[in-house]
Amino acid sequence: MDTTTAQSPQAASTRRTGWSLSRRLGTAGVTLVVVVALWHVLTAVTGFISPARFATPAEVWGALQQIAGDGYSNGRLHQHVLRSVLLVTMGFTFAASVGVVLGLAMGASRRVEAFVNPIFLVLRPIPPLAWIPLAIVWLGLGDAAKMMVIFVSAFVPSVINSYTGVRQIDKPLFEAAAMLDVTGWRYWREVLIPGALPSIFTGLRLSLQASWTTLVAAELVGAITGLGQILNQAAQDIYPAMILVGMISVAICGWAMTAALAWIERRAMPWRTLQ
Amino acid sequence: MIARALPSQQFWRLTIAGTFTFLAIWSVAALSGLTSRAFLPAPWDVVVRFIELLTQPFAGYVLHEHLLSSLHRFAMGFGLAVLIGIPLGLLMAWFKWIDRIVTPAFEAIRFVAPIAWVPFAALWFGTGIGGPILIIFMGAFPPVLINTYRGAKQVDRKYIEAAQMLGASSWRSMTEVLLPAAVPSIVAGLRVSAGLGWQSLVGAELIVASSGVGYLMVKGQASVSTATVMCGMLAIGIVGLLIDVALRRLHAAIEQRRGT
Repeated sequence: MDTTTAQSPQAASTRRTGWSLSRRLGTAGVTLVVVVALWHVLTAVTGFISPARFATPAEVWGALQQIAGDGYSNGRLHQHVLRSVLLVTMGFTFAASVGVVLGLAMGASRRVEAFVNPIFLVLRPIPPLAWIPLAIVWLGLGDAAKMMVIFVSAFVPSVINSYTGVRQIDKPLFEAAAMLDVTGWRYWREVLIPGALPSIFTGLRLSLQASWTTLVAAELVGAITGLGQILNQAAQDIYPAMILVGMISVAICGWAMTAALAWIERRAMPWRTLQ
Repeated sequence: MIARALPSQQFWRLTIAGTFTFLAIWSVAALSGLTSRAFLPAPWDVVVRFIELLTQPFAGYVLHEHLLSSLHRFAMGFGLAVLIGIPLGLLMAWFKWIDRIVTPAFEAIRFVAPIAWVPFAALWFGTGIGGPILIIFMGAFPPVLINTYRGAKQVDRKYIEAAQMLGASSWRSMTEVLLPAAVPSIVAGLRVSAGLGWQSLVGAELIVASSGVGYLMVKGQASVSTATVMCGMLAIGIVGLLIDVALRRLHAAIEQRRGT
């Protein structure tokens, strides 16, 4: 009985969102066709936008085939993509695991908070991109420097949001836990982490976006392969079509990683989708 | 077990201990002789370098001139984002057809990291002022637009209906009903957008600029002067913080005026 009543509004809502989703996709498709047609007319047909400054759709298609087939700037497209995505995934996972634990500890203990907070007050306002020169001075242009910038940009948001997550847990929950004598590992697993989870995921999303942007910037400054390196090489070769291919790849990868994280978020917090 | 505040004396003791430990580890590492002082300067070296940068020009200018040049670019890019974002957000909230046209294009462009515009910035503007402005704009624009749009969409229908019943034109409905109602949301968006814009500016200056704090850091990096790079980070952090505090003040002032 309970399941059916819970299910029917949800089924209705999926049907509704499914309907509007297909309509949205339709509108988006039409817009895409219109944009590409307009783009073609402005660049290739009328020459309103000079071909030296912006590429035509056909040129972009050609550049895409070139990079996917023969390769460009030391690698084929999937090699560049894999390298960038792998670096971000590794750096992000490492930074987020350390950051979330530290953030939860800061939230759970006033002592840890008082001890660590002054360092965060200094680190927090420094934008992730500002760490790039320091990383290059210390570690050169290799992967180590990139891991360092990814780590820094992912670390700070994960700590801060995990910390605020714990602080936002309802007080009665702590009192209930104290009354039931829930301590140690169970206290973390059943009170702190689930309570802070929504805020933790907000932090992870910000961390992921920051580390992706920072990696692209770091690769723009110097790298052998990677998406930022495509952009860099294409800018030096004055090759607008390849610049666009690079930008589109950056956008698609960023979107795909955010979507993957959102999927994990839904799996990790099944109780939220029921609302 | 949690949530109980520490006695303030103990809090301060721990805070000072934390700061001191951090500085001590840093100093020991710097003085240990494992690395050169240029590679890892001691904390006081950074302070000395900061004062030096304020009086002796580095990379062409003294520190506050670099900062002014950064702030100038920031103001232009951020201003442009506000000037386009707020009206466009209102138009999208009022006219459905504009919403339908702009939203898909906007969603697509939003996922391009602002820094990925660097090659086009260089191609279109060279090292001129246009390049950094384009990149700042790309960072600062989305939050302004989204928050204006959401703020305007949340306006109670009955106000809009009342305005229309009284014969208000689209223009007056937008400027006198939607805009005032969306102000808190807009200001919240401005804070986010200023933060992202400031951050994009730093990225832009690392690559396409010949002045500004980002440029100062690149030059410091090239001459392996870690102290200079750290001074740049410090200056960027402080100014970013000041911009945020200013906008937070503005937000609080507006909330207070609306509350009474």
